[in-house]
Amino acid sequence: MAKIPNEELIKAIADKFDTSVTVVGEPYELLTVETGRETIIDLLTFLKTDPALKFIFLTDITGIHYPEQEKPIGVIYHLHSLTTNTRIRIKVFLADADVHIPTATALWDGANWMERETYDLFGVLFDGHPDLRRILNVDDMTAFPMRKEFPLEDPNRVDKKDFYFGR
Amino acid sequence: MQNHPVYTDNDPQSELSTLNLGPTHPATHGVFQNVLQLDGERIVSGVSTIGYIHRAFEKIAEHRPFYQITPLTDRLNYCSSPINNMGWHMTVEKLLNIQTPKRVDYLRVIVMELARIADHIICNGVLGVDTGAFTGFLYMMEHREAIYEIYEEVCGSRLTTNIGRIGGFERNFNSRAFDKLRAFLKNFPKTLKEFESLFNRNRIFVDRTRDVAAVSAETALSYSWTGPLLRAAGVDYDVRAMNPYSSYEDFEFEVPVGDNGDVYSRFLVRNEEMWQSLRIIEQALAKLDKEPSDIFHADVPEFYLPPKEEVYNNMEALIYHFKIVMGEIPTPKTEVYHSVEGANGELGFYLVNDGGRSPYRLHFRRPSFINYQMYAPMSRGMLLSDAIINMSSLNVIAGELDA
Amino acid sequence: MSDIQLVDAPAGVEGAGFFATSLDKVIGIARSNSLWPLPFATSCCGIEFMATMASHYDLSRFGAERLSFSPRQADLLMVMGTIAKKMAPVLRQVYLQMAEPRWVMAVGACASSGGIFDTYSVLQGIDEVIPVDVYVPGCPPRPEAIIDGFMNIQELVKTESLRRRSEPKYQELLAKYGIQ
Repeated sequence: MAKIPNEELIKAIADKFDTSVTVVGEPYELLTVETGRETIIDLLTFLKTDPALKFIFLTDITGIHYPEQEKPIGVIYHLHSLTTNTRIRIKVFLADADVHIPTATALWDGANWMERETYDLFGVLFDGHPDLRRILNVDDMTAFPMRKEFPLEDPNRVDKKDFYFGR
Repeated sequence: MQNHPVYTDNDPQSELSTLNLGPTHPATHGVFQNVLQLDGERIVSGVSTIGYIHRAFEKIAEHRPFYQITPLTDRLNYCSSPINNMGWHMTVEKLLNIQTPKRVDYLRVIVMELARIADHIICNGVLGVDTGAFTGFLYMMEHREAIYEIYEEVCGSRLTTNIGRIGGFERNFNSRAFDKLRAFLKNFPKTLKEFESLFNRNRIFVDRTRDVAAVSAETALSYSWTGPLLRAAGVDYDVRAMNPYSSYEDFEFEVPVGDNGDVYSRFLVRNEEMWQSLRIIEQALAKLDKEPSDIFHADVPEFYLPPKEEVYNNMEALIYHFKIVMGEIPTPKTEVYHSVEGANGELGFYLVNDGGRSPYRLHFRRPSFINYQMYAPMSRGMLLSDAIINMSSLNVIAGELDA
Repeated sequence: MSDIQLVDAPAGVEGAGFFATSLDKVIGIARSNSLWPLPFATSCCGIEFMATMASHYDLSRFGAERLSFSPRQADLLMVMGTIAKKMAPVLRQVYLQMAEPRWVMAVGACASSGGIFDTYSVLQGIDEVIPVDVYVPGCPPRPEAIIDGFMNIQELVKTESLRRRSEPKYQELLAKYGIQ
């Protein structure tokens, strides 16, 4: 089957979710929508199970951090409908003090590690996740390294002191 | 399952034993840790720990200009670096709306397919080693050296290639590269055939691998598997065929699928993919003859780094060099997702750009990371020796796993 | 037939029916041509090590045919690839499990200095946790470079005094890393 046109996709979502899902844009023909954490699981379930859309494949879950926004932490889902070869990107933004979002592990087993990685790097708490632990970093780390305020280099390094460079 | 003794509470053997497999276990091919609960030789449960070579690629990428991210992508799946390189270049080209000439596309296809062959050589060769057949590995590794020699002619490096620039290649392919490529196309099929006749109907190998770690298509899709593993489970999803990039639509090739996703199917799928890659390379060589032989990059001076000798001798090149390096050329403020068919599956690049010289956020969709998460759940009930060959047929590359 | 070369005899006193040299030299020659390496391969350099071991480059020619995956029987720890901070205790543990005399080779930029990964999660060179004998530069080093590094280790092994490991200077070195 051919790719579902973005207009049809927007219409299908709007029919079901009215104004709780907003269209952000279509960069490079990839429809991007934004929603809140209240509707995210409903939206994912709808996209996955709707017989016409069939976004059965979860390509990726990741996070993003915009420190200057009111809701700085974003969670980004990429879904793929293999039968129609259509992709969609869904964003949810969360407030810094309350970074909770329901888990998608009930829909896709593969969401498990993707969400753990997002938790590890951004500190997003996925409610209902069966095993929300750090995955890449050491267990006793307290910060979330992909947030913008976290420095790239290890601040405890001693061999980069100005002294060694005659400064 | 058969003849498995039933233990009573009084039996000292009734306790489960814990085996810490990894992170430096020789059978794990890298740095994966699995803490397994064993009942005799049967695995009762397992927990995977990863992150032992977490190198923070995504964090580094936020501090690097676009053209300096290529060396990072090398080190993701280091068995097939050129695919990662090309994937990254194409992502940036998509962001900047750069159209590459056909000849560049075909050269890229050649390099990417060589990389796919090199990766599958390692995976299938090592699978042979793990089932007790060292010979096949030694036969095949010889030809991986031949592929590395072709890389050397193209870019000067063997493993972490850093091939290409945004917009094309840093230099044209020399005649020795084509000579070596033709020699490879002549010699490799013989060995591949020999390799297949060593394994495909070998009783020991088939008994060891058939029906081991079989995965249904539904499970594979639910775990977001891609690449040869998903195809072995019977789903014909290949990014090259579905969303053709780099002019893959000009080529004729088949997407092999397996039946039940077991280790044997994965082995056959990878072998067949090597044949298909050879086919693609041959077609690409034929197509190259019809293209002007001096084109190796798109005409985009504001993004394609000029050669150093021109930078030192040519005013215009110097200006562009300065502008690219200092990041003074505006880029669109938008986001782009581009994916290529890596050797292990869909390798995706999600790039959020804020118009600066480096990405605001760059996320790699790493097939090894996503494929590997099924390992512990699927090991339940498996024999330890089967779990080992299951791991080698998953072909998890540590660099790609931990980013 | 290929040209088989034997190791040259060490300097010594030779006469009819006898040859005298020091024990150090004999043991040094024997050790240096029968090193059992432990490949601690974590990433890219490990793939180049595979090439070094395979048919084309063949490290076995240097007496290192037998890879020892058990640290107890290994003489040479070859650390190939990035060592993250999560991995550092494991690496140290492997080193501690090796019996004396033991040598360490840091293969590649990451193992030597952290390489291009100057980040919060990567150990900036394995010499922060264990002493290193030979560093091999490259990202990754070519198999020729790994072989060259190996030959340098052989040279160290050949010329090392039997008493070196019990000298106070060596004890001080280990104490610097907190190893008793």
